[in-house]
Amino acid sequence: MSGGEGAEGPARRILSLWLPALALDRWRLDAPEAGRGLDAGPLVLIADTAHGPRIEAVNGHAAREGVRAGMMLADARTLCPQLATAGFDPAGDGALLQALAIWAQRWGPWSAMDAPDGLLVDVTAVAHLFGGEEALLQDVHARFRARGLAIRSAIAPTAGAAWALAHYGPDRAIVERDIGRALSGLPVAALRLEPATLTVLRRLGLKRIGQVAEIGRDALQRRFRTRKSLAANPLIRLDQLLGHKPEPMLPVIARIAPLAQRRLMEPIRHRELLDQVVGDLAADMARLLESKGLGARRLELALWRVDAEVAVRHLEMAAPSRDPAHICRLFAARLDDVDAGFGIEMLRLRAVWTEPLALEQGDIEAGADRPGTSLATCIDRLSARLGARAISRPVPFASHIPERAQRWHPPLEPEPSSQGLLEFHARPLKMLDKPEHIAVLYATPDGYPQRFRWRGGVHEVVRVEGPERIAPEWWRERGSARLRDYYRIEDGEGRRYWIYRQGILGDGRGGAPDWFLQGLCA
Amino acid sequence: MSQPDLASLPPAAFTDLAALSARRSARWRPGLAKERGRTLHSEVFASSNEAAGVAAALALAFDDWRHVPADGAQDGRAVLWVQTKDAARLAGRPYRAGLPKDLQGRVVHVLADKAEDALFALEEGLQCRDLAFVIGEVAGNPRALDFTASRRLSLASEKCGVPLYLLRLDAARDLSSARMRWDVTSAPSPAPLRNAQAPGRPIWRAELFRARGHAPGEWLLHEDGGKLRAVRERTADNDAQATNWTVGLQRRRLSHRA
Repeated sequence: MSGGEGAEGPARRILSLWLPALALDRWRLDAPEAGRGLDAGPLVLIADTAHGPRIEAVNGHAAREGVRAGMMLADARTLCPQLATAGFDPAGDGALLQALAIWAQRWGPWSAMDAPDGLLVDVTAVAHLFGGEEALLQDVHARFRARGLAIRSAIAPTAGAAWALAHYGPDRAIVERDIGRALSGLPVAALRLEPATLTVLRRLGLKRIGQVAEIGRDALQRRFRTRKSLAANPLIRLDQLLGHKPEPMLPVIARIAPLAQRRLMEPIRHRELLDQVVGDLAADMARLLESKGLGARRLELALWRVDAEVAVRHLEMAAPSRDPAHICRLFAARLDDVDAGFGIEMLRLRAVWTEPLALEQGDIEAGADRPGTSLATCIDRLSARLGARAISRPVPFASHIPERAQRWHPPLEPEPSSQGLLEFHARPLKMLDKPEHIAVLYATPDGYPQRFRWRGGVHEVVRVEGPERIAPEWWRERGSARLRDYYRIEDGEGRRYWIYRQGILGDGRGGAPDWFLQGLCA
Repeated sequence: MSQPDLASLPPAAFTDLAALSARRSARWRPGLAKERGRTLHSEVFASSNEAAGVAAALALAFDDWRHVPADGAQDGRAVLWVQTKDAARLAGRPYRAGLPKDLQGRVVHVLADKAEDALFALEEGLQCRDLAFVIGEVAGNPRALDFTASRRLSLASEKCGVPLYLLRLDAARDLSSARMRWDVTSAPSPAPLRNAQAPGRPIWRAELFRARGHAPGEWLLHEDGGKLRAVRERTADNDAQATNWTVGLQRRRLSHRA
């Protein structure tokens, strides 16, 4: 097997970092006495499970006693009674890893988290800045050692190969080309497979990557054709490792939410003053956003009271905006129920969600020519008073059932794509929220009502068109759901309705079918 | 074009002409928005048991909208449709597949709990320049919708030039500052060509019972090829109303001169 795309041009260079003891290292960083105290003896980090505490990470002393990650604490205590424990904090580890991913961008312009304990950095064409790839790896190790984090690292043309080398290869491995040969000696676990698949491979006698690559694509394809997930299919993983298949990754991008803050000399207790300060904050925020070419979609206003209570108000806008007057007006409705207590001493306005909003020149003439607000402003004002759910837009949905064929989406959202309606399907102008039962007083032999009672009035059917039969959606509804026969009718006074009969006589799904009125036609 | 010699005409011709033009102008007719400008605040009274009111309001809105020369950018503007919960329960919500083609992708729907909220939404909508028109549906005669409220709506509408079509479902004809007030019911439709048994194209009997600048009258409205057509039901009552109205106009002119 060849080494991939290396022959065609400069290959990508991916740096994979593995922090084998991330949880313990983080615990040691938080604990004041590293190497002493609890850490001087056998120590494990435990997580609570339904079956009791389970060990997630072990230190060197504990490992020498035979304690392994994944054991239950009770079992481990029989091996090593003096085992000390501390809590395992996966969320904190994740946060640290995320911070490290951004920090690792010092070695390359693009980095991604490789959860739960790894990082990937794209170091294509940047190694010369550090004096070559060996020097870059030395720098990486020195920096991580200075932070007290143990790592293993590798550089390879693909993320899969770099990962395999970092976890199972020699430390600080660098592979230029011919990945297949360089990695043929690594165990199959280096393919990033799930345990069940590893068991299958082990039973087949395939222990090394080289052995898997040798038996040929057809055999692998046949054996694992039903495994669609990446971690269960060795062929896909092998292709990713060799660079035959692209492997999309999510880069980590540092984002700083624009923030404006006011500490007040004197706590405020009155609404006028509060409005004034909110106005100032909105003006600060507008300047901040303008300098970055952004508009806020969601704003968070936090009010710190003297007695350490915090009131938080959120605001979401239909379109990006940074108009201070608009922001103030929308917040004004949300600040009515704020209890100032002994006074508010600090306010902070944060744009949690921003979208690009280009600078535009205010056109005095246009503003004078067409007075009024924009649609986004109007929707924001309406949702500030009536609630965001009150404003919506009908969008089509792929369904035959008339009431399901329409959904209500937030306005200004892009319309979902849909298949066009058939022209001959006449639909009513208005649809009742719930189909209303009609009492048929006299039915024609053809099956539709000649005279019916609805809302206390008697309607004589003069014209009729139908039936249009709409079957229940068998893939979704229960087997007892009945079909509907729709009729478009006009009564003696010209009122046009859309009625249906639920079920037909003798369909075995209930008694005599009922009639309902669902729509009002133009 | 040469100017006709006016002096040669008998004086009676002028009075006839004046009466005729006064009578012509007195009548509402489709497409009048091109000459007179749009009616910005209309009310349509209708029963909640039929969709004729909404359909006629939409037809009137489209008629005005087509006949007012608008720049191209305005064509794709949204339409705000405000309903109170009562109105939505009684008369249903707009159904996208049944709306006119031009309107399907452009409706922004507001569901208000109370009439006060609906009036707030209507007023905000009328102040929005990105809306083609606003449709409101209010059931009954809520206390909030008094003459002051309707005057507010008229003024907001005139300020930004966004027309309002307010549907009054099952309501009594109370005081209002609407410029045109209609009462709409369904009318039996003509038989279609292909299937004589089926309901035909929608047709509505619309009574204009109060209007500023027009005589009251009654028409049969229908849409034909994207245009609103109005057929007058010729009754003696109708003609008498128009004449009376013109007489009133002339009297007013006389008093102005005096």
